[in-house]
Amino acid sequence: MDWLKILENTVSSLVGIDAAYFALAALGLNIQFGYTGLLNFGQAAFMACGAYGIGMTAQYFDVSMWYGIPIALAFVVILSLLVGIPTLRLRADYLAIVTIATAEIVRLFVRSVRFKRFFGGSDGINSFSTQFRDLSPFDPSKQYGVRPFQYSGYTFWTLIVAWCLVGVFGVVVFYLMRSPWGRVLKAIREDEDAVRSLGKNVYSYKMQALVMGGVIGMFSGMVFALDRGSVQPDNYSRDVTFYVLTALVLGGVAKVSGSIVGPMIFWGLYVFSDNTLRELTRDGGISVFGVGLLQKSQVGPVNYMLIGIGLMLLMTFRPQGIFGNRKEMALDGR
Amino acid sequence: MVADRVYTETAQRARAALAGVQPAPGVAKPDPILLADKVKKNFGGVTAVDVDHVEVQRGSITALIGPNGAGKTTLFNLLTGFDTPDTGEWRFDGRSLAKVVAHKTASMGMVRTFQLTKSLTKMSVIENMKLGATQQVGERWWNGLFPFRWKAQEKLIEQRADQLLQRFKLDHMRNEYAGTLSGGQRKLLEMSRALMTNPRLVMLDEPMAGVNPALKQSLNEHIRGLRDDGMTVLFVEHDMDMVHDVSDWVIVMAEGRIIAEGTPEAIAANPAVIEAYLGAHQGKSLLGEETPS
Repeated sequence: MDWLKILENTVSSLVGIDAAYFALAALGLNIQFGYTGLLNFGQAAFMACGAYGIGMTAQYFDVSMWYGIPIALAFVVILSLLVGIPTLRLRADYLAIVTIATAEIVRLFVRSVRFKRFFGGSDGINSFSTQFRDLSPFDPSKQYGVRPFQYSGYTFWTLIVAWCLVGVFGVVVFYLMRSPWGRVLKAIREDEDAVRSLGKNVYSYKMQALVMGGVIGMFSGMVFALDRGSVQPDNYSRDVTFYVLTALVLGGVAKVSGSIVGPMIFWGLYVFSDNTLRELTRDGGISVFGVGLLQKSQVGPVNYMLIGIGLMLLMTFRPQGIFGNRKEMALDGR
Repeated sequence: MVADRVYTETAQRARAALAGVQPAPGVAKPDPILLADKVKKNFGGVTAVDVDHVEVQRGSITALIGPNGAGKTTLFNLLTGFDTPDTGEWRFDGRSLAKVVAHKTASMGMVRTFQLTKSLTKMSVIENMKLGATQQVGERWWNGLFPFRWKAQEKLIEQRADQLLQRFKLDHMRNEYAGTLSGGQRKLLEMSRALMTNPRLVMLDEPMAGVNPALKQSLNEHIRGLRDDGMTVLFVEHDMDMVHDVSDWVIVMAEGRIIAEGTPEAIAANPAVIEAYLGAHQGKSLLGEETPS
């Protein structure tokens, strides 16, 4: 067992690109789900808007990648309106069903053969991050940082951009939620009829929350796509939404710190258990008295099982998440 | 037998204005703030509300009573835009409300509370109150990020909220979660939060439901206080003592229709009301007097 390597990988994954783009997605989802109570199960679709927005701009339109931001924003707004107009008048559960379906529709749409011309089918769009890489002030052939936080120039650049975005949006969400605007959102989560009776246009506020959460999710998708230099439709399947949701709940909903630290811990745990299992099965597998318990090829699925068990335990013993407020949880007596 | 009422100046004025009004269903009032005409609502095959005409006198406390299922809450929902009637016309202060959605009625000066109290449990009492203020600059998201644009207004709102909390004796709970309040306190919170909108008409849906007798007395005082401050109050209630105690005028509904109107005294003696509540063959008592032993 190489514990040092496991530990190093775990620690560096805490600030890795996965944690960063999850944190962005979770910040967005937190506005919708944590503060406003909108059960958006389609955050992956908003992330895809960002990824395809920037990918298509770079690949087909032959313009600066900066145009990708307004194009992706347009995608997000159109998607929000399409989803929101028919469903935001309904109660929360309906939105959940519609958003999960929408995310799947978006994924199947962009991976369809018919629209391969625009979205590249199941191969997606590839190698479009040259322009982004050219912006990097770091030498791609050199290593930056100290162990265990050591990265190639390009990864280092992506990480800095990603965590800066997390920081900016973290501050934005924090201040917005302390404003009267945030107060209205929280009140809608509690009881929208009460808010309506006090003269607030609940529908409009829900739409604002949906769009704003979607826009932050869009930046998450962009970061992910730029890091890989490619978008594949299957990177934006349901799993992503649910992992992000899991990471958010792990950190604690309706807390900015929760939506940033939650994803870090989620990926830390994931990498730790994945690395440990791989180390354990390095010599073929584990067997007790000749009975095979774990094969090398089974590490992936078993890892997810372990994570699942860990989360169940967390929800049982600390339902408010890491930063959540227990007192607030206990008030759920409506 | 209900104790004799002490009439304040505003109560005397309200009663004097209604003194000449005939106690008949759908009668016209000298100065109506709210009126509904031919308002009808069907749920499937059931006619929940079928109100031919009704008016609410400005500056009075009007009670809306009736047996369970009479359509009182549905009428409330229709008047405040939480539900839309199939036909009819209804006006608040001379303005038609036919195309007005629920959240707009509050900014017009007409606010309601709910039968099942809707306190926002995971927010503090003071946050609940501040939410009630209308026309807040900081409620637009682009202003939210810049506290200097809304801080001054927020301060004024907070002052007003604190004054109301003091008046409703909730100031000691100011920073507690609304979810920790008792049932009666929640009723008080909902009422005071509604007042944050600066209404001219306050519509209370069963303000006494689930409130202990000691608190009922002070709730009565608060409701009278609203009229003293120049507001009109329309409330749904089952507690006949309270109806008799605070209202200037009583409207009785049964099976969706207005079946009687009048002063509390006149209603207590009205055979149509007794029949609606108890059936014709039952005892005569409804509003306190001559309780059969």
